[in-house]
Amino acid sequence: MSDPIFLRPLTAPDADRGQAVEFGTDRTLALDSGRTLAPWRLAYMTYGTLNAARSNAVLVCHALTGDQFVASAHPVTGKPGWWETMVGPGKSIDTDRFFVICANVIGGCMGSSGPAETDPATGEPYGLSFPLITVRDMVRAQAALLDELGIEKLLCITGGSMGGMQTLQWAASYPDRVVSAMPIACAARHSAQNIAFHEVGRQAIMADPEWCGGNYQREGTQPSKGLAVARMAAHITYLSEAALQRKFGRNLQNRNGVSFAFAPDFQVESYLHHQGMTFVDRFDANSYLYITRAMDYFDLAADHGGVVAEAFRGSRTRFCIISFTSDWLFPTVENKRVAHALNAAGATVSFVEINTDRGHDAFLLDEPEMFATVRGFLNSVASSQGVS
Amino acid sequence: MLRPDLAAIAEMIPPGASVLDVGCGDGELLEHLAATKNVDGRGVELSQQNVNAAVARGLSVIQGDADTDLAEYPSQVFDVVILSQTIQATRNPKSVLGHLLRIGRRTAVSLPNFGHWRVRLGLLARGRMPRTETLAYDWYDTPNIHLCTIADFVGLATLCGATIERALALTRQGATRPMHPQSWGPNLLAEGAIFLLRPGD
Repeated sequence: MSDPIFLRPLTAPDADRGQAVEFGTDRTLALDSGRTLAPWRLAYMTYGTLNAARSNAVLVCHALTGDQFVASAHPVTGKPGWWETMVGPGKSIDTDRFFVICANVIGGCMGSSGPAETDPATGEPYGLSFPLITVRDMVRAQAALLDELGIEKLLCITGGSMGGMQTLQWAASYPDRVVSAMPIACAARHSAQNIAFHEVGRQAIMADPEWCGGNYQREGTQPSKGLAVARMAAHITYLSEAALQRKFGRNLQNRNGVSFAFAPDFQVESYLHHQGMTFVDRFDANSYLYITRAMDYFDLAADHGGVVAEAFRGSRTRFCIISFTSDWLFPTVENKRVAHALNAAGATVSFVEINTDRGHDAFLLDEPEMFATVRGFLNSVASSQGVS
Repeated sequence: MLRPDLAAIAEMIPPGASVLDVGCGDGELLEHLAATKNVDGRGVELSQQNVNAAVARGLSVIQGDADTDLAEYPSQVFDVVILSQTIQATRNPKSVLGHLLRIGRRTAVSLPNFGHWRVRLGLLARGRMPRTETLAYDWYDTPNIHLCTIADFVGLATLCGATIERALALTRQGATRPMHPQSWGPNLLAEGAIFLLRPGD
């Protein structure tokens, strides 16, 4: 265990920075690409206390641009944890009862090994020489972290979006280690539309001259414009048309009429610019390429003879799948496909669709029906396992 | 207190059975079966509020539509499949019953009897679509689009190749008594019926 190292300046230096595990050359991480990573590092946060029986561990998996700061202030941005509505003392995932762990994914940029980190072999940043990673690689890395923490079984694993993909992958890769799994707003595979949006983001980054073929750290440049555009395009996919209309409509930004120019006239433009600008302060452009690619490659069926159900054959994990009516990025039909596959595999599965107009991002927001579902499911799993 | 038809169905379920309750509502029966018979229960329910309530109770319930989603289930995986007071609200009762018989080794069905004398008399005497305590809807807003009599259901079960193992008549007071599925008496006098079916040999 060691202090995690963050590449960005801290606006909240007093915030809990969590820990990092260093895996030496004797703990090689074998990757789906056929390449290996060693040494490597995983940065993580924990909340609550592990009980004596080690039976109350809940692993939370973060989404594409998330990180390990689930329920406490982010040291780089100073903002609250990304899931403080869900995780904390007395919350649905109650840290007074459960020991919550969240690790920055491998390939990320908040202290885990990723393209922005220094390659110990060369002393230079990895850049594009960092190996391509997959969702299964992320999960392998987390399993190694749990081994290190002495946690054999997870009472529950959960996450939204890419966090939901990791949740499904966990249940498929390590069925005996997962008592229950709660994938939220996700799918068993990335669709053509999902891949298409990601490719727009990647091309925006790579079209920025300051990206320098991925060597911007060595060149002393920052592909901020490309990364901001990638974030702006992606952000639209996280919201519903109805929510955008409700929030902004055609309202103008600090003016009485259109300017007949290309400066932002509309509030929705300013909003997206703000989203893009703040993102580049906390996220690494190459990490964005790597993690979006990992999501594109995710296809549980492909790893199991084309049949999703085969991934869960004989599983004794209890599942609870949650989707949102207005999520068009990972629509209900994709979530339901997973529920049906689990049914076909004879697994125990619940499926809940939450009625909301807030789109994909709803899983991060104040959705009382979602909180009640998560609380009820976790309570029932905990009592079946004798966790008080 | 469990609804009388649910209590009669619960009595038919062997301890430790695997059960799929189609149209499980907020999970009242599943919860009862889990508590009293150690049943491994799953549910399918159309209403989102009901599903959320059932999941919050710790039950395994999927939001779905019996008319479209039963095709997704593998064959002969549950000991008993339950359809309580639901068949009359499905779009295609024949296809739904066919799937139930395929999915479960036994199928328990409860239904309101549209052949009850009050219903018959209501239509005959008033010339209006009947409204009774058990069927308290106006014709234009009823979810019950495929009401049938006991004799009608027995006909459908036969058409689907099912064998009727048990048949119970449900009285107005909530009592159940065994009946002969073909006899005219219960079809006139029973408020509802409960059947235990198995797929044809």
